[in-house]
Amino acid sequence: MLAPLSLGLAACFWLQSCGKPPEGATQSSDKLQGKLVLTGSSTVAPLAAEMAKRYETQHLGVRIDVQTGGSSRGVADARQGVADIGMVSRSLKDSEKDLQAFTIANDGVSVILNQENPVKNLTDKQIVDIYTDKINNWKQVGGKDAPITVVNKAEGRSTLELFADHFKLKTTDIRADVVIGDNEQGIKTVAGNPNAIAYVSIGSGEYGVTHNTPIKLLPVEGVDASIANVSNGKFPLSRPLNLVTKTTPTGLQKEFIDFARSKDVQDIVKEQYFVPVAK
Amino acid sequence: MSQSRNEAILVWMLRGMAIISGAIALLILLFLIWETLPILQNIGLTRFFNDPSWHPASEEFNLMPMLCGSLFVTAGSVLVATPLGILSAVFCHYYAPPALATIYRRLIELLAGIPSVVYGFWGLVVLVPIIGRMHPPGPSLLAGILILTLMILPTIALVADATFANVPADYLRGAAALGLGRWAMVRGVVFPAAKSGLLTGIILETGRAIGETMAVLMVCGNVVQVPKGVFEPVRTLTANIALEMAYAVGNHRAALFVSGLILMAMIVVLVVAAEMINQGHLYE
Repeated sequence: MLAPLSLGLAACFWLQSCGKPPEGATQSSDKLQGKLVLTGSSTVAPLAAEMAKRYETQHLGVRIDVQTGGSSRGVADARQGVADIGMVSRSLKDSEKDLQAFTIANDGVSVILNQENPVKNLTDKQIVDIYTDKINNWKQVGGKDAPITVVNKAEGRSTLELFADHFKLKTTDIRADVVIGDNEQGIKTVAGNPNAIAYVSIGSGEYGVTHNTPIKLLPVEGVDASIANVSNGKFPLSRPLNLVTKTTPTGLQKEFIDFARSKDVQDIVKEQYFVPVAK
Repeated sequence: MSQSRNEAILVWMLRGMAIISGAIALLILLFLIWETLPILQNIGLTRFFNDPSWHPASEEFNLMPMLCGSLFVTAGSVLVATPLGILSAVFCHYYAPPALATIYRRLIELLAGIPSVVYGFWGLVVLVPIIGRMHPPGPSLLAGILILTLMILPTIALVADATFANVPADYLRGAAALGLGRWAMVRGVVFPAAKSGLLTGIILETGRAIGETMAVLMVCGNVVQVPKGVFEPVRTLTANIALEMAYAVGNHRAALFVSGLILMAMIVVLVVAAEMINQGHLYE
């Protein structure tokens, strides 16, 4: 009984040892060497991990370790020096001003409707009532007589977090008709259903509109939903994605932060539907 | 002598391959248990069935709606696809002119080769809006059953076709000698002779239906609830994992592995049930 298992395990370890880079790799001609630890927000982590991968391929002596655990862990770890850089997916609070924040991207969320839907504007209160099922017909907000299809995001998604946070909604109070995973699925669902309402990352929303998908972005508090308004800070439903450090960054720390804010990684930022920082 | 030594080496190699194949399944099971053990010890299995709902961020872990979703979608599609697949194979074998049968077989093979995400995408942009016009919102149990039926139909049709091809010609000649009509022959001779093969086909298609993720994720609506009708959205266990895995940490992540464990248990039950129905002579 044990023989097949141990054999299988041995095979696994053997394969794993093959995957390790040869020892000589750390002694490249590149002068930058060392290890960098990033911890914090699960929203920033996938973005930072992609940036780290690119940075590693450009600087062979550097290893960057990205771990998640939430924005508050990012703040705590950066403060205590457990991590070289913390990741925080919001602006720093007043009590956290001892840290230095460097915005690497912005994240915005916009409400989308089908183009056939005559509704042009929804107040914050109306959106809350729609998502908690107090309003369930478009007639009640000046549209056609048709039931509203509420599209929500799956638990744990940062878009949901940002949306719920802005409208002071408890995720357990949301009554959805459809639950989606990624933004593209939300856009397809609204495009196929004239009575649907959804919210998506603003980057993918604008992409849909410019590529003739029959959807429209609704303004929030009178501000048009656009990437431009997110990057100039006018759009209310948005937040910065920050790297934070305890002291003024030096050496490898500074190099990586500069790299994460540079033009070299703007394609990664856009790929993940975040808004690049204005330069 | 060297002949037998070569043979001994071959036998050892084959033994090794068999051990590795078997060990993979065991390793997967061990990994699932390893990942779920902490949460099962902390929270206990009962909470996955008694909690008010599924809100892992607020420590509510009820998986029952997802279990029901998986069962309903699978049962529905198997019920529709099985008669369609078997009867189309009957037509192809005993009624259709050979040229038509060949074309039909090629078409079914083509259907089997289309990636699941294509079915899902088609379902999302064509089928779901049609259902939505009949009965809003559109993404629903019905859409899931229809898409899954399309996807598992080739499995049962091709297996049934191969099974019928293996029915001994003597049986058919015997039936013809008795003066049986075609349908009487199919019902009285072919079906009993092909029983175990057909059952294998049903197990294969059920396994495929339970495990299908991408297409179901795109058309079922994914709302966590026990559906009261075919027009209501459902979430399956597979869709649950695919939707939330990328963003899950801690207990939430472990709870998703529990979904995986339940899926694994469903497959085990399916295989055991099939063995019992056939009294261990499944592949005679």
